[in-house]
Amino acid sequence: MADTRTLAPPLALKLTIAAFLTVWVVVALFPLLWITVMSFRAPVDALAANPWTVLIGPATRRLSGGISPLALIIWLAVPVLAYRVAVRHGALAAGLMTPRWLGWIAATLIYSVLLAAMVWLAVPAFVRILEGVAGAIPGVSVLAEPWIGLTLDHYRAVWIQHEFYQNFFNSMIVTFGVVLISLTVGTLAGYGLARSGSNLAFWLLVIALVFRALPHSVLVTGYVPAFLGSRELLEPLWQAPVIGWFLSLFSPNAPSLYGQPLAIIIVLVSINQPFTIWMMRSFFQNIPSELDEAARVDGCSHFGAFVRVIMPVMWPGVITTGLFSFLLAYNDYLVTALLLDAQSQTMVPAISSFLNRDTRASDQIEAIAAAVSITAPLFLLVMVFQKQIVSGLTQGAVKG
Amino acid sequence: MKPGTFAAFVAPSVVLMILFIAGPLVSVLVQSFYVTRQVFETTTVENCTPGFLAPVCTTEARSRPKQKPGGGVETETVFVGFEAYRLLLQPDAVAAAFAPGGGGFERLLTIDFYKALRFTLTFTLITLPLVIGLGLAIALAVDAAAKRLRGVLIFASLLPFIITPVIGALAIRWLFIGDGILTAALEAILQRDIALFAEGWTIEILMLFYRVWHVAPFAFVVFYAALQTVDQDTLESAIIDGASRTERLRYVVIPHLMPLIVFVALIHLMDSYRVFEEVIGFSSQAHRISLQWLTFSFLMPDETGNRSISRASASSMLTMVGIIILLIPLLMRTWRDHRRKR
Repeated sequence: MADTRTLAPPLALKLTIAAFLTVWVVVALFPLLWITVMSFRAPVDALAANPWTVLIGPATRRLSGGISPLALIIWLAVPVLAYRVAVRHGALAAGLMTPRWLGWIAATLIYSVLLAAMVWLAVPAFVRILEGVAGAIPGVSVLAEPWIGLTLDHYRAVWIQHEFYQNFFNSMIVTFGVVLISLTVGTLAGYGLARSGSNLAFWLLVIALVFRALPHSVLVTGYVPAFLGSRELLEPLWQAPVIGWFLSLFSPNAPSLYGQPLAIIIVLVSINQPFTIWMMRSFFQNIPSELDEAARVDGCSHFGAFVRVIMPVMWPGVITTGLFSFLLAYNDYLVTALLLDAQSQTMVPAISSFLNRDTRASDQIEAIAAAVSITAPLFLLVMVFQKQIVSGLTQGAVKG
Repeated sequence: MKPGTFAAFVAPSVVLMILFIAGPLVSVLVQSFYVTRQVFETTTVENCTPGFLAPVCTTEARSRPKQKPGGGVETETVFVGFEAYRLLLQPDAVAAAFAPGGGGFERLLTIDFYKALRFTLTFTLITLPLVIGLGLAIALAVDAAAKRLRGVLIFASLLPFIITPVIGALAIRWLFIGDGILTAALEAILQRDIALFAEGWTIEILMLFYRVWHVAPFAFVVFYAALQTVDQDTLESAIIDGASRTERLRYVVIPHLMPLIVFVALIHLMDSYRVFEEVIGFSSQAHRISLQWLTFSFLMPDETGNRSISRASASSMLTMVGIIILLIPLLMRTWRDHRRKR
């Protein structure tokens, strides 16, 4: 750089930038942080008009006890430290065993056990000792007194009493099914499209682009009658000679697809497919085609080249695309609300049942606790996969 | 790549898309011309009440749903042509609204479909410049920030983008609803009573705010990545030529970002045309509805457990016409690029 001084912004601009960024970070995080705080407070505190009351929770402390600032800081630091340790030393620990994947499994298991022991035994003891020490020092003792109200009642009500774990399992089934299938199908198609310059490939991509823009409600309108009447629609298949025998191995009669998480998987995979193939295609375009051409010269078939040469280098793209498939399936409300019934509901549409149950003051806070429960996995996802998410967003853009 | 191999690679994906996207589209088109309804039959019923000398009897004709022999209500599917579209678009009411003394636009916007269309379009058009502007501002600011802070800033910015839309809308609603913390703060500043969820326009502002909050991070990340590839030589020569900071932004940086601004704008148009989760999250259906929500509400079973599939299909088709109009410029550009490449 010729002259760095002219490039360095003047002080006024620097201050403006700093102020702007601070405001943005506060705006970006405040809603989420605030509802997280609310979910740990008794209704009287959570719905108070005075922000200080919400933060400290005096009524909560009277009703169900509190926690000292010191303990709070330590408990907040534990997950961050645990994550740091896992990232920094995970690869090393896994490398101690051969083969490597066995090392990863062993390291994960041992780490989980250690972490559980820490959380249940070591950290509480450590907190108590520290509180005892700090309590004896005048001036610092205020940090050791439990004056921040904290209650887990709402989480208990949501997860145990209202059996939110069932919705959680449904969400997991749907999400992992969608990620797995849409990656398998989408990777193959993306590779094919990236390596073929034909007109057909172009038109396929254009049609996929149109499909991507379709509002989901349009497609769901097509699914709803078919799903509701699926027993009658599928019955001929079960009556057919050979196929019928094969299908009856799985279920004696034609099933009703309405309310089946497994049927939702296929629907979401298909809705997701246009996006997936566009994204995988742009990743494969970045892998030089000389790579698989070399393999083909050496006598590989196209599929052989794909398995031997492309698969080892495609994982960054697959992980990124998988993340976005995950988000689509996890965040969906429209499709799951219409095609699943109360027993098979995933987490996001299930939250409306908490919203409608609005008779007691704690019902609202329970809805908030459910919302925070839904957000927590996403928070972890951003923490672990920030780089991949950013690269995914820009990848689609650059090739768009 | 030989056509056969190509077909083998794309077949599973194409089959899925034909079965679950193209298929439903065709069936929606067909459904929109048919209506499935219960078959009613008229029966005469004689009611007698005990009276002096002779019971008083009345006969009346009643229509009731016809029962199927095996139990259940008999239904029939009949071709109704554009009836479902007519019910949705209500051309008579539109004509009446624009007749002298009919009330004009105000009257028009009481009809569900036009209400939804109005909201969807203004929502899309108002959020578009805000998202691009805010995204660009954050990108420029983060680019100027210290390197050590950038990771944290990106992490904080990604959260609103990654969060489940319904949950994000709810989170903002909980800050404002009733005497929520921010409503209380506003009341303290303005010294008056505020009920943000009692009127349409205040809810609409919250919905716009939510969408900008939710999408600006996406624009930010895209622009930020592109800022890293700005040609440093051009920038340097601009400095040597004595270009000021704003001039460099105006003549070097913005032109470099232009394709991406177009890209973000297109994606945003497509996505915000599908606005739906805001209506659920803010429970705004009494005041503000969107096109997707309209279809959704037809598909939800009503009090009697019926879903008006036919009307949902018609509103789906009309929604689709809108998205195709939005897409035409994009498709034409793609086609030009493709032809130029060959």
